[in-house]
Amino acid sequence: MSAGYLAAVIALKSIRKAYQTGSQSLTVLKGIDCTIEKGELVAIMGSSGSGKSTLLNVLGLLDDFDAGTYVLNGQNMDGLSEKAAARYRSEFLGFVFQSFNLISYKSALENVALPLYYQGVPRKERQASAMAFLSKVGLADWAEHLPNQLSGGQKQRVAIARALIANPSVILADEPTGALDSVTSDEVMALLKEINKEGITIVVVTHENEIANQCDRIIRLKDGRIEGSNG
Amino acid sequence: MWRPDWDVFIEMVQVLLQKPLRTGLSGLGVGWGLFMIIITIGSANGLQNGVSQDLGDMAKNSMFMWTQSTSMAYKGFQRGRPIDLTIADVEYLAANSQTLEAVAPQNQLGGWRGSNNVTRGLKTGAFTVFGEFPEQQLIEARPLKEGRHLNDRDIDDKRKIAVIGERVRDILFTKQEDAIGGSIRINGVNFTVVGVFTSMRSGEDAEEDLQSIRIPFTAFNQAFHQGDDVGWLCLLFNEEVHADSAAAEIMSVLKARLSIHPDDNRAFGHWTVAREFEEIQSVFSAIRWVSFVFGGLALLAGIIGIMNIMLITVRERTNELGIRRALGATPGVVVRQIMGETLLLTTLFGLMGAILGVGTIEGINALLDSMPDMQGGSFRNPQVSIDIVLQSLLTMVVMGALAGILPAFRAVSIRPVEAIRTE
Repeated sequence: MSAGYLAAVIALKSIRKAYQTGSQSLTVLKGIDCTIEKGELVAIMGSSGSGKSTLLNVLGLLDDFDAGTYVLNGQNMDGLSEKAAARYRSEFLGFVFQSFNLISYKSALENVALPLYYQGVPRKERQASAMAFLSKVGLADWAEHLPNQLSGGQKQRVAIARALIANPSVILADEPTGALDSVTSDEVMALLKEINKEGITIVVVTHENEIANQCDRIIRLKDGRIEGSNG
Repeated sequence: MWRPDWDVFIEMVQVLLQKPLRTGLSGLGVGWGLFMIIITIGSANGLQNGVSQDLGDMAKNSMFMWTQSTSMAYKGFQRGRPIDLTIADVEYLAANSQTLEAVAPQNQLGGWRGSNNVTRGLKTGAFTVFGEFPEQQLIEARPLKEGRHLNDRDIDDKRKIAVIGERVRDILFTKQEDAIGGSIRINGVNFTVVGVFTSMRSGEDAEEDLQSIRIPFTAFNQAFHQGDDVGWLCLLFNEEVHADSAAAEIMSVLKARLSIHPDDNRAFGHWTVAREFEEIQSVFSAIRWVSFVFGGLALLAGIIGIMNIMLITVRERTNELGIRRALGATPGVVVRQIMGETLLLTTLFGLMGAILGVGTIEGINALLDSMPDMQGGSFRNPQVSIDIVLQSLLTMVVMGALAGILPAFRAVSIRPVEAIRTE
């Protein structure tokens, strides 16, 4: 573990999480301890069922945990209300999903601007900002297109622009290249690395070694425990 | 957090426009409900206006009273004694009743659609001839077309003059002739026409009115040998007194004078306009109530349709709502969005239904106005008051809000992590 526990963007201590399936309790996370420093590009790897998606959901405040401590940006995330979780997500986190999760009836520009809508930013301001981030991912000319008029790579770049717009501390990417071919995958990873160089912490969940190897550090999960962490 | 600005509105419109056909069809239910409420209430009002019109311009505080036979023995008189009224009785009544404001005795010659009784040269006609007092005008106004009405001098001097209905003039006089000053013969007695009147009633009542002849009461009794007899009374009572108690008071005065048992309800017959109005009012308020209930049920069906469609929409949009939550939408924001969409849908289509309903009512109104032949019908001036429209709209908004609650809470009951997993 790194010494800078308080300087860490993410600090997990003995995080446990179990799902109740009928009468049986399935423990998915069996005590996760890890720290992610500011500016790191970290991969979480593991076979299916290892608990990597659950861990990402816990990190993203999309799911709660049963025991342990989660400190995000120096704030304790234990026992948050839905409303508080929504606020922290909006303030600290950006999401990139395998299936892009763009809203189908909104243009690329509107999709990118959506997080600012929930922060109460005025329309003109957030559209200007969204346009800037679309330019950053090289899609300024596609601003008015609907998601189904974009290629897979383009959709993921829109999703990345959307994750960036609220200036998050951490971007959580769940299999960001899972639905893309290898050329497009490389483009998306290049974009994520470029963003990482600007100082934004990125956590990528993946099962592909070529993706994980591009990261600073790999956290390997097996049966709900961290098997190893190498840089 | 809640900023009622265009953003929220645009967001909702965008969602509703996504599936225009579905939005339109589910909105149709609500629009139809409001349309039905307004149309049925408007029609009920039209019917009421038509029926009220049949009462013409009769004063609300007027009463008609006639004599029958006693049904109770009293002061040595057997039951079944026929009651007759004379002018002296009327004068006594006028002097002793507290509630009476005006009394106009009437006598009648010739019945409705009776035999020919009036002639002018070679022209003949069957008309109803009334002997009456000038006060009759207070009770049932008949606007003059030409000439004048009866006056007190006519009564005092027993003048043989007549005020005739328009139809009477049309039958007895040619178009070129001036009816005023003309002479007509009623049952062999000559009368001079001094006025022509029209009717404010509608339908058959108006026809009856226009085929009548009005002559001074005194001249009538003299010419047709009625002595002091009075056929029936038209009365006007104090407006502040209820029709039923006024009638009771007036009849009790006459009962005392004519030695009739105070509890004998068969000696006199009477009819009050107010009572008639009350009955019409109560019938129509019942009709209005029924139309409100049935319209409300139609509206309810529409609202349930909306709730159903919103539930389906929420289910379909699980993924989208999950994304919104991940991007920072709080549960409150999601609830407000779904409720807002439901309200917008109901309000928009409800308003359209209401406008269409009011438009239809106005259209029917214009149509009726353009067809003078229809004026006499029992359907006239259908209308809805702005109160009813606003009440219906308010009901709809409240129901729309209620309809939104279930879908909205269904939407936030799905945890974001599950929502995003749905693909």
